[in-house]
Parts: sequence; structure tokens; C-alpha cells
Amino acid sequence: MSAAVTPTASSPWALECHDLTVTYDRKPVLYGIDCCIPTGVLVGVLGPNGAGKSTLLKAALGLIPASGGYVEMFGQPARKVPQRVGYVPQRESVDWDFPVTVMDVVLMGRYGRLGLFKRPAEADREIARRSLDKVQMLSYADRQIGQLSGGQQQRVFLARALTQDCDLYLMDEPFAAVDAATERAVISLLREMRAAGKTVLVVHHDLITAPNYFDHLLLLNLRLIAFGPTAEVWTPERLQQTYGGQMTLLSELAQQRVASAS
Amino acid sequence: MENVVRFLTLEDAFVRASVLGAILLGMNCGVLGAFLVVRRMSLVGDTLSHAVLPGVVGGYLWNQAKDPVAMLAGAVVAGVLGTLLINAISSTTKLKTDAAQGIILTVFFALGVCLISLLPPGNKGGVDRFLFGQLAAVNARDLAWLLKATLLTAVTIGLGYRGLLVLSFDPVFGRLAGLPMRWLHYGLMLLTTLAIVVAMESVGVVLVSALLVIPAAAASLLTHRLHWLILLAAAFGVLAGVAGTFFSFVGERLAAGPMVVICAAAIFALAFCFSPQQGVLTSWWQRFKWQQRVTVENELKLIYRRLEDRHPEVKVADFVEESFPAAVLPPGSLRRLQRQEYVQAAPEAPDLWRLTQSGQQAACRVVRHHRLWELYLARRASYAVDHVHDDAEKIEHLMSSEQAQRLAEQLGHPTMDPHGRLIP
Repeated sequence: MSAAVTPTASSPWALECHDLTVTYDRKPVLYGIDCCIPTGVLVGVLGPNGAGKSTLLKAALGLIPASGGYVEMFGQPARKVPQRVGYVPQRESVDWDFPVTVMDVVLMGRYGRLGLFKRPAEADREIARRSLDKVQMLSYADRQIGQLSGGQQQRVFLARALTQDCDLYLMDEPFAAVDAATERAVISLLREMRAAGKTVLVVHHDLITAPNYFDHLLLLNLRLIAFGPTAEVWTPERLQQTYGGQMTLLSELAQQRVASAS
Repeated sequence: MENVVRFLTLEDAFVRASVLGAILLGMNCGVLGAFLVVRRMSLVGDTLSHAVLPGVVGGYLWNQAKDPVAMLAGAVVAGVLGTLLINAISSTTKLKTDAAQGIILTVFFALGVCLISLLPPGNKGGVDRFLFGQLAAVNARDLAWLLKATLLTAVTIGLGYRGLLVLSFDPVFGRLAGLPMRWLHYGLMLLTTLAIVVAMESVGVVLVSALLVIPAAAASLLTHRLHWLILLAAAFGVLAGVAGTFFSFVGERLAAGPMVVICAAAIFALAFCFSPQQGVLTSWWQRFKWQQRVTVENELKLIYRRLEDRHPEVKVADFVEESFPAAVLPPGSLRRLQRQEYVQAAPEAPDLWRLTQSGQQAACRVVRHHRLWELYLARRASYAVDHVHDDAEKIEHLMSSEQAQRLAEQLGHPTMDPHGRLIP
């Protein structure tokens, strides 16, 4: 880490990856990622299966350790700015039979700000209700979460994230296995968030909708293929690089390097 | 009988003590067990309760008295060591947590039993109680410790409820939101260890995990809200504790600890059978009622069709004056229809029957649903006319009158079904 980056300096970047490397079992899954994401953009994170998209989000948040490099959000590590960074995990990450209602889950979005001991006030409930309304789930507020469809569960997660009122959101496949109505609701919500100055990173699978949905794209396949405005990045060669090439040599050599280093 | 009165009047001091002990025990274990169950960590309770035994006996050996502080310290050491070993086994080998738990639980328990047998003979009786407990011999000092442990649990969960809710539902979210997930987890584990240690003398190490898991599991069948689940689990724990003490006292030779567990199991069995949403008997009964309704509606439909065929020119369905022979219906069904006052004997001949007013209404209702749905499928879903019948056979029973009304409006209040028959 260079001395030029002081932890307290306000960074122009919402998220900065510097030479980020992540390995599982000595096998590199992300290799030397460098990118600076400005504020107020809607970024699609694209790449084939196993390209390390989810890993990038998790490593950026500090949920899994990086074996090299670092990630900063607004000039600081994620754990220093918990109120400014929200994460929408894949739906399967929680037990949907858990005995809570939709409202309980969405209200959790306020707990970070309230701290452990302060009770949520009526104002907090109002924020939660507004978030639910934005994802068209207000009428489900008192339902047990197990009674929801997949798309509705995804919208509950989004409502919880909205309730957090963060500046940067990292979302892991919010469009996975949702119905068309949810997909439309989610994308208009994401655009609204961008208009409000938020930065949103979305792991996405669908190459057909990607150029329409996102103003920036981050192409990933073990290493960073490209990051930039969609118009510049969305080229046949880049996509070929991302999805076509097997990158066997890089994978092998990287594995050897990591193995010898450890 | 005399014993029942003695128990209910609480005149004996030791009955009062064991009932109070059972109440505190049930409450504390029920509440903490609720978190174990919703976090899918039920086996952790079992593992902890077995794994702490060598620590408890070690603590006892160390200061030669049943000082709960020393025993708790020993239990925490043994519990932490066991947990670390389980993590070490499951993270460095291909074995999963269940195998690791199985190994550690039994080995630590064996160590504990060995330690007990090393004790000088005079002391053995005291520590033996850790294995099976003796609720009837609870003394004031034990009660004081049970009370302290229960109060500590209540205060911790009361203050940290929201944090514990997040920990149980989505700890990753809690960690990212800056809530102290790690501390809450350790706090909960420590409270659980404490609960096990103070419960050990009453119900014993083998059975305490039952008190952690069973009341909470029963509660989870009955509610969809965590705070209700916790309160219900506590109530079930108390109920099981008091009932178990009662049966043990009345039965004289029945040990209290096992009776408490059996009572908890009885509560679980009731919830398992009769829970409104998840009960086995409840859903069986609902299926049975549904089958009955479908059968009755189908029989009414048969009658309707028979009477209708007699007057194809009739434009309004009114068959109350018309009679039909019993042979229209499968044998045995007339009696059921009669019981529900859908049919009555016709006055003109012994083997002829008529629909009552309510029978006609019910018959019209089901035929109307059937034919509206056939028409809907044929017109709106472009089904071939000869394909619509089978689907309508199912939908007719499911449709509500309100839905039928909406359907009729959408179709412009039709009078004829796709086969050219009247829609009543």
C-alpha cells in the first residue's frame, strides 16, 4: 500500500481495487484486479461461470480474505464505512423458513444505524414501509418470508438495502431466476438509485439485456478484461476475450506462482 | 391421590424447590434453545452438553467442592476446546461438521466419565449426578444459580434482541452493517454453556440438550415470529418442567429429569399433530374434509344433470319439485346428502328423492362454476371445446363464489356453456 493513499482522504472513487488477488485452496480465482469505479454509475459485472464475479464482491467487502492487494470504498476499507456500503447477497444465502415477517427483514436495514440497543422508531418504520412500497411489496409486509416467491424474496432483499440508505451497493445476481415483473421493477429501481447519486455494482448473467441496463461494464474472467463506459467496453473482441478464451495458461501459471509463494 | 394434593398445595419444601427449579430450568433452556433451533444449531446444544462434562468434573476436582464458578470455568474451557477441535477437523479435512461433532461429543463425554471414575469413592455420588441429575434434590444454592443464569439470559436477550435476530437470520448482513456479530455469537454460546452447567445437577448432562431443543422445536411449529417462538419455547419449557416434576412426585419411583424430557416430547407430539399450519393430523383432516366436499359436490352435480336432462327446454334451473330415483347415485351417498340436508325423501313414492332448497343451491353453484370455467377456457384460453371438461372438473371445487362472479362479468354474464347447456 502506497503512502500516498491516506485512510482519511476523501477519495473521488466509490470503489477502488488495487492489484486484488484472491485464492481458494491455492487456486487463484481473482488475479491482480485493478479498477477505479466513480460515484453515481450503474455497473454491470459480467463474466462466465467461475469468472470470480461473486468473489470480487465478497473480497471487496472483506467477507473473504484477499491474498494480495486491497479494496477501498470512498477511500477506506469497507469495514470502516459500514453505513455507506450495502450488500445484496444471492437469495440462497439465508434460510427463508426463518420465523420473521417481510417487515422484520426490511427493518433490519435500520439496525446498523440504530446500533445494538436503540429501538427502531416510527420514523424507521416509515422508511422501511417506503422501501417496501418502492419494490411493490408493501401489501406483503406482514407475511412470513417463507410464503414469498423467488422474485418477491429478491425484492425484500432490495427493500432492506434501500432501507439502509447507503451510497454504494454491491448486488450479487439480483436478476437470477426472477419473473419479468420483478426484473422490470428492479431495473427501474436501480436507475432511480443512480439518479439519486448512488453507485451500484450488479453481478449480471444476461448478455442480451446487459448493454441496455448498465452505463458501465466490468468484464471479468479471472482477471479484469475491461472496465469502462458501456459504449467503449461492449465490443466483440472484449466479449470474446471474456467468454471465449479459456485462459488456461494464465490460470496454470498463476496457480504455480501462488503455490510457490505460500 | 394423596401425593397429588401434596404436590398441588406445595406444602413440602422440597416440592417447592424442585418445582421452582423446573420452572427456571425450562425457561432458561427454552429461550436459549429457540436460538439454537432457528440457527439450525440444535446439535450444538447436544455437543456442548456432552463436551463440557470433563471440564465440569475437572472444575470439581480442582477445588473439591461443587462451586459453580469453578465448574463453569472448567465447562467453558472444555466447551471452547471442543468447538475449536470441531472447527479444526471440519476445516482441514473433508469431514463435515456432523462427523466432527460426533467424534468430539463422544470422546469428551468418555473423558468426563473416566474423570468421574477417578474420583475418590466418597465423592462419586455427588458427581454422578452430573450424568443423570436429581431434580428432587435441588437445594437453595442450586436454585440461586438457576435464578442468576435465567435472569442473565433474560436481560441479555431483552437488550440484544435485535442483534441476536440479525445474527440468527443473516450474520453476514449484520457484520457488514457494523453490528458486533462475533460478540453476540460468543455471548449466546457462553449463556448456553452456563445454562447447561446449572441444569446439569437437575436433569443431567445427557438430557439437558433435550430441554434446549424440544420445547423450541415444538414452538417453531406454531409460530412465524421469532419473539413469539422464544416466549412459547420458554412456556413449553416451564410446562414440561412442572409436569415432569409432578409425574415424578406422584409416580414416586420415576426420576424427575427423564419425566421432564418425556413431558417436553409430549408437547412436541401435540404440536406435531395439531399445529394449524404444519400439523400432521391437521393437514390430514383438511385433506379428508376436502375429499368429502369434492365427493358431495360431484354427487349433487350428478343429480343436477339427471334432472336437467329431463327438461332440456327449461331456461331456469328449478328442480325442487322434481324427484329422482336413488339409483342415480352411488350406494351409500344418499345418506350423507340427507345428513347435510341436501336431499329429502319425495312424498309420492318410497324410493324417490328430491333436492332441498339448499341442495339445489349447492348443486347450481358447482354446475355454474364448472360451466363458467369451460366457457372461459374455450373463449379466452382457446381450448378446444372437447378438452375443457377435465380441467373444469377440478376448478369447479376450488373456485369461490366471488371468483365465479368476476368470471361471469368478464364473460359478459353468459347463459350457455360451450356445449350449449344452461349456466344456472
